[in-house]
Amino acid sequence: MITSDTHPATPVASRRTHLNKRVRRETVIGWLFVLPALLIYATFVLVPSLLTIVYSFFHWNGVTAATWVGLKNYVTVFQVPDLLGTIINAFLLVIWFSFIPVGLGLVVATVIHRVATGRLGAVARTVLFLPQVIPLVAAGIIWGWLLSLSGLINEILTAIGLGAITRAWLGDFDWALPSVGVIGIWVLLGFCTVLLLTGITKIDQSLYESARIDGAGWFREFISVTVPLLRNEIGVCLTVTVIAALAAFDIVYVSTAGGPGNSTAVPGIQIYILAFTQRNIGLASALAVLLMLLVIVVILPIQRLTRENIQ
Amino acid sequence: MKRQIWLILSSVAILVLLSIVAPLTAAAQTPEATEGSASTPNCGTAPVTLNAYFETGFDLPFKLSEEFTKQYPNVTWNISQDQFANLINETPRLLAGDNPPDLIRLPTLVSFAKDGLLKNLDDYATAFGWDKWPVPQLNQARVADDGTRGSGSLYAMGLNYSLTGIFYNKKLAAQIGMTEPPKTLADFEALLAKAKAAGLLPIMEWGSAKSGMGLAFPLQALMASIGPVGPINDWIFNKPGATIDTPENLQAAQHLETWIKDGYFPTDINAIEYTDSNARFVKGEGVFTFNGDWENADYDTNLAGNVGFFLMPPADASGSPAAMSAPLTYGIAANAKNADCAAFFLNWVASNDAARQIDVTVGGSNPGGPTDATMPTVTTGSITNDTLAAGPIVGKAGSSMDFIANATSAIFAQGWTPELQKMVGGKEDAAGLLKAVQAEYERELAQ
Repeated sequence: MITSDTHPATPVASRRTHLNKRVRRETVIGWLFVLPALLIYATFVLVPSLLTIVYSFFHWNGVTAATWVGLKNYVTVFQVPDLLGTIINAFLLVIWFSFIPVGLGLVVATVIHRVATGRLGAVARTVLFLPQVIPLVAAGIIWGWLLSLSGLINEILTAIGLGAITRAWLGDFDWALPSVGVIGIWVLLGFCTVLLLTGITKIDQSLYESARIDGAGWFREFISVTVPLLRNEIGVCLTVTVIAALAAFDIVYVSTAGGPGNSTAVPGIQIYILAFTQRNIGLASALAVLLMLLVIVVILPIQRLTRENIQ
Repeated sequence: MKRQIWLILSSVAILVLLSIVAPLTAAAQTPEATEGSASTPNCGTAPVTLNAYFETGFDLPFKLSEEFTKQYPNVTWNISQDQFANLINETPRLLAGDNPPDLIRLPTLVSFAKDGLLKNLDDYATAFGWDKWPVPQLNQARVADDGTRGSGSLYAMGLNYSLTGIFYNKKLAAQIGMTEPPKTLADFEALLAKAKAAGLLPIMEWGSAKSGMGLAFPLQALMASIGPVGPINDWIFNKPGATIDTPENLQAAQHLETWIKDGYFPTDINAIEYTDSNARFVKGEGVFTFNGDWENADYDTNLAGNVGFFLMPPADASGSPAAMSAPLTYGIAANAKNADCAAFFLNWVASNDAARQIDVTVGGSNPGGPTDATMPTVTTGSITNDTLAAGPIVGKAGSSMDFIANATSAIFAQGWTPELQKMVGGKEDAAGLLKAVQAEYERELAQ
């Protein structure tokens, strides 16, 4: 922004016109810079979102003429059995996709920061971040092998004398969801760790020094210095990972596709089947809109909490 | 500043409105199903490029198209391909699009026929004499005005007609003293019990939601073994009032439940995908597997000389065996540019000797066609001999069925797969299975 300091000698009236002109020009230039991104955002995010809301009031198979049905799709959503189950599953995934990666990420980031600042730290960061780079479909196939009845995980369990608990993890009613959760941890831990590690390096080292002078141990430092000063980063991590859990699709689709018997079915999978297999775009859109509202309801408090902490 | 924001917001709003209105109005303009032309359809002599969509992983249509171009050099192909699961989702958009396919693999067809996206093939049927073929062949591709399948106008043709039944590993079968295929359901169940007692896996099958629940195969085989096939087909064809929850089907589901409880299937079945199941059967895991003749080429290569086939035996010794038999359906888009040439190709596949030979050698299934057409030769000792020989038995008994997973577009994903998985997990019994699937069926038909 232009401040009056730039032109101290200009008479007031003309200065204002001049200023207005410059401000306006800069604003236009600013908008021009934003425009390409805004257009892409509008095309791929805003328009589809609005379309989804519009579709949710129609009965439409994606091809023939759509008919207006008002709120009927929303009513149907609550009548379709197993829907409540998919929402419960989504919330259970929050534990695996969000709480554990963020908690574990804090610990790992602190450890890397304290003991492995050199090459070892770089290697650890890279290894943990790698899952973000590997295509999820390929990862899903590999996890499928690892978790199969004759897979590596069961072989290891047998080797250490735990042969009794081996099972087809992704095909077991009680263990399929936690197994999908473990894949989620693997995917999201690196993201959280790298973000939190960046935050830790920004913390003033003198705070740690004074804490140590006061006789604080590793744990005390972690609780009293690291965690409070990382609240902003933790907020971002929580936001991203909670959304990843509630709106989960890819990890579930490539590992179990919702099975066995809907035990890992999440709203994302239901929306996909309703829209593309069942060709009921209206009902799928209604479920999508409800999922969006659910995500907003959960995310807003997290956002508010982070904002308060900045002040 | 405010004005610019307004400018941007309003252009975004216009974009939004346009994109909302466009598909909805465009949809309303979708043309009606056009009638096939009445003249003797052919590919002419001028250069023609057939626009085709085939299914990835199956060589048959590709080999047929090559042979067709050899015989009719003026015809060239523009072939796109995709996985079956993706085709299910793409087909309506492909058919309704600007460049509709002349020939397309159809995963399902009722809704596309109802929406006017598929060409009505009745006139071609008259012109080429398809009407005179044995009746059950084309029934599954007929859609009536009320949206029920099995009768009415023809909307698709089969490149060939697959057959399902029970394949067995001959070495393992010999181990349990099986000298000839079982004659009744009780005989078969005795063999399953022997296999279990001998420490062998009786039946290899798949069950992951990623490939869909394979237990639908033995379940339907049991249904047709115990009860008549008519009501099952009525249900698949969406005849009014049809139900899957019949006393015979309940018995069938109870047999399946007992098989599960007796450990006749792999313990990890809910995590096994289709390809893994086949790989394990070929490696010698499982005495029996319920599958279709599209796997013949695989079995002949990887289990050469060690694989046999029989149809699911009837529960009552006086009954006849039944089987799922479905055409490999291909249709023509309502607005296809080269519909005549595509129809000529479909007729050629069923009637040309070279094409029929490819059909059997590459596809492994019965090429169908007119009753007097010559049956192609098959390598001696090939499993294809057994499956081809089984075809006429089912045909004669009139006991062929479509697949219960094809009753509605989502009944497999939303009904059979999760409910059968629950049965494996001990969370659903036979009665509950049929009730849940019937409820899902009614919900989908009512939508």
